[in-house]
Amino acid sequence: MLELMSQAPSPITPGTYFGWGDVMIQSGNLVVIIAMLVLFVLALVLPFPGGRSRK
Amino acid sequence: MSTVKESSPDPEVAGTGAYTWTGKSRQWFLRHLPPDKLLPEDQPSYVATWAYVFGMGAVAGLVFIIGSGVVLSLNGPQWYHVSSLGHFTNSVHLWSVELFFMFMVVHLWIKFWMAAWRGGRLLTWITGMVAFLVSIVTAFTGYLLQTNFDSQWIAFEAKDALNAVGIGAWFNVANLGQIFMWHIMLLPLAVGAVVALHVVMVRAHGVVPPLDAAETDAQLCDSNGTSPEPEANQP
Repeated sequence: MLELMSQAPSPITPGTYFGWGDVMIQSGNLVVIIAMLVLFVLALVLPFPGGRSRK
Repeated sequence: MSTVKESSPDPEVAGTGAYTWTGKSRQWFLRHLPPDKLLPEDQPSYVATWAYVFGMGAVAGLVFIIGSGVVLSLNGPQWYHVSSLGHFTNSVHLWSVELFFMFMVVHLWIKFWMAAWRGGRLLTWITGMVAFLVSIVTAFTGYLLQTNFDSQWIAFEAKDALNAVGIGAWFNVANLGQIFMWHIMLLPLAVGAVVALHVVMVRAHGVVPPLDAAETDAQLCDSNGTSPEPEANQP
């Protein structure tokens, strides 16, 4: 068991943080929020494939 | 004889089955959830836009979450923390959750700006919000199950908050076995039930039309040729 557990990785790293005054956010969380905003905008502007041929 | 059956108000004489709870249930379901509404073959043209994709994207994410979660639960922590295939399945579980939440949040934004609770769809909106909240709790218990220093940190930060609101005694985030059961049994059932109810509500009421189509679009008229519900009567 100990041998098995020793093989398990320990990926605990503090990560990269961005800060503007009182606002602080981790890079991973910032990437997810930006990706959602990009998806939101693209969903409004991109044409839907085959959309014009439907009734 | 058949004339008497059709005109009789007595359900036992009429043979409708409405005198039993099964018969009454069948009639209620057929009236509110007819098969052609539950499994429609086409949708109005305004549905052909990316804005209407994200709800089903979230459901697809949930399917992958449940599938990978079942594999994880059948093999156990010593498998998914150590073996390569276990790590891969664990990662599929995590990234399905990431996509599930991203699609769900974009779905929420789009439906909010469409005022998607129009036309008697208030319960659809409420079940969607409840699904979002229950999903957050489920994901939180998932992060507690990493069994590393990260999960220990999350648990001991969260226990103060949960104790402050008075539920720490029976929802103990420092009790790994209890949180494990919440994560793989109770909360998945809750998420599945609420999401299923949400999808059924969408089917029952139909997808919400765009704001500028609500009054004039002929596709919103039902098969009897009646006009769509006026906005003034909608919640």
